Amino acid sequence: MNFAFSEEQEELRRTVRQFLEAKSPETEVRRLMETTEGYDPSVWKQMGQELGLQGLAIPEEFGGQGYTFIELGIVLEEMGRVLLCAPYFASAVLAGNAILNAGTDAQKSALLPGIASGDTIAALAFTEPSGKWDAAGITLEAAESGGRYTLSGEKMFVIDGHVADLIVVVARTAGTTGADGISFFTVRGDAEGLTRTSLSTMDMTRKQAKLEFNNVAAEPLGTPGSGWPAFSKTLDQAAVALSNEMMGGAQKVLEMSVEYAKVRVQFGRPIGSFQAIKHKCADMLLEVESGKSAAYYASWAAAEDNDELPVVAALSKAYCSEAYFHATAENIQIHGGIGFTWEHPAHLYFKRAKSSEIYLGDPTYHRELLAQRIGI
Amino acid sequence: MDFVDTPAEAAFRAEVRAWLGEHLTGEFAALGPGNGPSDETGWEVRVEWEKLLGADHWVGLTWAKEYGGRAANLAEQIIFNEEYTRANAPTRISFFGEGLFAPTLIQFGTDAQKQRFLPKIQRVEELWCQGFSEPNAGSDLANIQTRATLDGDEWVITGQKVWTTLAHRADWCFVVCRTDPDSKSHHGLTYLLCPMDQPGIEVRPLRQMTGSSEFNEVFFDGARTAKENALGPVGEGWKVAMATLGFERGTAFMSSQLAFEGEYAELLEIAQKNGAAEQPALRDELAQRYVGLQVMKYNGMRMLTNLVKRGDVGPEASIGKLFWTTWHRNFGETAMRVLGADALTVQRAQGREYEIDDLHYIFMASRAETIYAGASEIQRNIIGERVLGLPREPR
Ligand SMILES: Cc1cc2nc3c(=O)[nH]c(=O)nc-3n(C[C@H](O)[C@H](O)[C@H](O)COP(=O)(O)OP(=O)(O)OC[C@H]3O[C@@H](n4cnc5c(N)ncnc54)[C@H](O)[C@@H]3O)c2cc1C
Ligand SMILES: Cc1cc2nc3c(=O)[nH]c(=O)nc-3n(C[C@H](O)[C@H](O)[C@H](O)COP(=O)(O)OP(=O)(O)OC[C@H]3O[C@@H](n4cnc5c(N)ncnc54)[C@H](O)[C@@H]3O)c2cc1C
Repeated sequence: MNFAFSEEQEELRRTVRQFLEAKSPETEVRRLMETTEGYDPSVWKQMGQELGLQGLAIPEEFGGQGYTFIELGIVLEEMGRVLLCAPYFASAVLAGNAILNAGTDAQKSALLPGIASGDTIAALAFTEPSGKWDAAGITLEAAESGGRYTLSGEKMFVIDGHVADLIVVVARTAGTTGADGISFFTVRGDAEGLTRTSLSTMDMTRKQAKLEFNNVAAEPLGTPGSGWPAFSKTLDQAAVALSNEMMGGAQKVLEMSVEYAKVRVQFGRPIGSFQAIKHKCADMLLEVESGKSAAYYASWAAAEDNDELPVVAALSKAYCSEAYFHATAENIQIHGGIGFTWEHPAHLYFKRAKSSEIYLGDPTYHRELLAQRIGI
Repeated sequence: MDFVDTPAEAAFRAEVRAWLGEHLTGEFAALGPGNGPSDETGWEVRVEWEKLLGADHWVGLTWAKEYGGRAANLAEQIIFNEEYTRANAPTRISFFGEGLFAPTLIQFGTDAQKQRFLPKIQRVEELWCQGFSEPNAGSDLANIQTRATLDGDEWVITGQKVWTTLAHRADWCFVVCRTDPDSKSHHGLTYLLCPMDQPGIEVRPLRQMTGSSEFNEVFFDGARTAKENALGPVGEGWKVAMATLGFERGTAFMSSQLAFEGEYAELLEIAQKNGAAEQPALRDELAQRYVGLQVMKYNGMRMLTNLVKRGDVGPEASIGKLFWTTWHRNFGETAMRVLGADALTVQRAQGREYEIDDLHYIFMASRAETIYAGASEIQRNIIGERVLGLPREPR
């Protein structure tokens, strides 16, 4: 039994951390979050060409680096730590895995190399205005005529959908409900009949779009109608990936709290010497370390692609999102008045934590999934 | 990352399983894990069971062969604990000797002391108890007032210990005493080993909220032990006592998670039968407990990996202790809610004096877990100060 990262994996973490500290300091995060695009194309290019991050977990035969979900988790944790503004989660995690899970070999060969190099930004459009995260939330129907498909309807909360060159759409075949009829399609970002609207997001560091489809011609990805297993797996993988990303942010706010508690003096003592603050920090550490244990284990299950994945994905998403939000909230409290200002980064993490908690379904939703999966 | 046994570990696991399969039968199997270490239920049978374990060298597994051990490595000890728990084997009565005292003895003892004490612990011929806490020295253990002075070749001990689990059954006590009368706090303490069966010691049982009398008051009034029965240097007992506490917080409870898996499964079965699992709030609560139980497992595996790599768990052990005790306490409360009205009465008494079910027992006993081996507040102080480096309180 060995539950630790290898030396090579630790080296990857150091490299990525160094890169992100240089390229994504708080000033850059604040600059980019005020833009519509929400990312820096030159940094994105470097990520792809110099570090090969976008293709890290894409198999070599499809133009990637061929690493596993464990390495992907490490990279995401580091990105979450600095609140990197980039379409990485949308492209490399959501869309990349959807294509890997749903596509034919020919489609993977055609679509993945661009994602792996970063030349293509891809997004996954699945949620609709109903805000449901499961199969029932997919109501957009694909119309078929002579083997050609067109899409009409609306997708919401599409992460980085406004800048994506390639959009993977989850829809359903006509007249189906639930897990039946779930289908994947691909659409170009500039396709005729597609209207993209940037949404104002509570978390300004992660952009979302509304996509309106009006008779948009779409290519099937895999076999239409039988996409549920691939979609379900994509959602589980996304939950694992997000868990890791969240723990990077949680670790960062814990460090901020501890540093501040050591230097802020009130009543003639550092506030960290008061148990009310010290115990808060201790509880944060417990939850952050526990969240990491869950997230890392979930990465391993995703890397092995074993049958633990559905259970572990649901439980790590439930645990990590509560731990993350709690840490960001305590961080504000420990900072006092300063923690409530726009200038202090505490609110950036607080907002990211809450939207990550809700995105893909909140902890109650994931515990219900868990309950079903373990047979409660 | 790799969560699979090596071939050697798998073979060892199979050996443990086979042994338990062959020996844990009849009245031994009937004992089950439901009791505290010194619960009187089935006492004679429990002693007999542990002697059987000792005879085949499952007690003192990691000790050198000359002391009756198997010189097993840590991974094997963990595998043994896992299989032992999974087999629903009885709670160990030699916990204080084998789990707390022996590792301290191995670290600080002379060869003569090891030869004198280890084999008897290994064969379960001598049971031990832990004489640390006093009426005025609980969390603040350094405030120990029990005194010991040298009288020729013997230490003479006077004072009072309290909450001493198993003192009424133990043959020996490891007792921390103030040997320098002018000393204060953690200076001037000595870790003495004292025989219990003598006129200078009186043990008075204390009844716990669970109804059983597992802990005691122990009065020392001129109790005697040989001069050579000091463990570690005279005056440096604090260091030795801290090592014992380290074992108590770190490794001693490592296999609890597996026992909790069993408890969870039992509760889930009840919840499915009585409809609690369909009730949304309880369903969510049951799922929450499951999340915590699995996270506890993953935390344990990470801690173990560090232990094997670095050789000790360090102050991070406090995270583990805080996690499992809090989880178990919440689980006890969930259990009562799941039982609903059935929690009000006893369904199948376990032969205890005050008749309660296993789940009642967990509900109550978990209240002690957040107190002993360092109360939760103390664990948070340790995490804050020694792991996070926050400033200590001014004293
Ligand atoms: C929106 C807003 C509006 C405000 N408006 C006004 C205003 O109009 N006028 C005005 O004068 N002030 C105003 N304040 C300031 C407010 O009163 C202070 O923020 C507050 O007193 C806390 O002080 P601090 O920010 O310096 O935090 P600190 O005192 O530094 O506290 C930091 C953290 O340490 C904790 N802490 C401090 N001492 C102890 C202790 N002894 N034991 C345990 N924990 C401790 C605190 O609880 C907090 O969690 C405002 C603050 C906010 C957020
Ligand atoms: C079932 C059981 C079995 C036991 N078995 C043994 C045994 O075999 N041998 C033995 O020596 N002892 C044993 N103990 C004793 C145990 O170690 C003590 O109960 C424990 O150390 C707490 O001490 P106390 O009971 O005096 O409580 P106190 O130390 O008086 O604590 C009371 C409360 O104050 C809090 N508190 C104390 N100091 C601080 C602080 N600095 N900051 C914040 N909060 C603080 C505590 O956390 C607790 O909530 C046992 C206890 C129990 C319950």
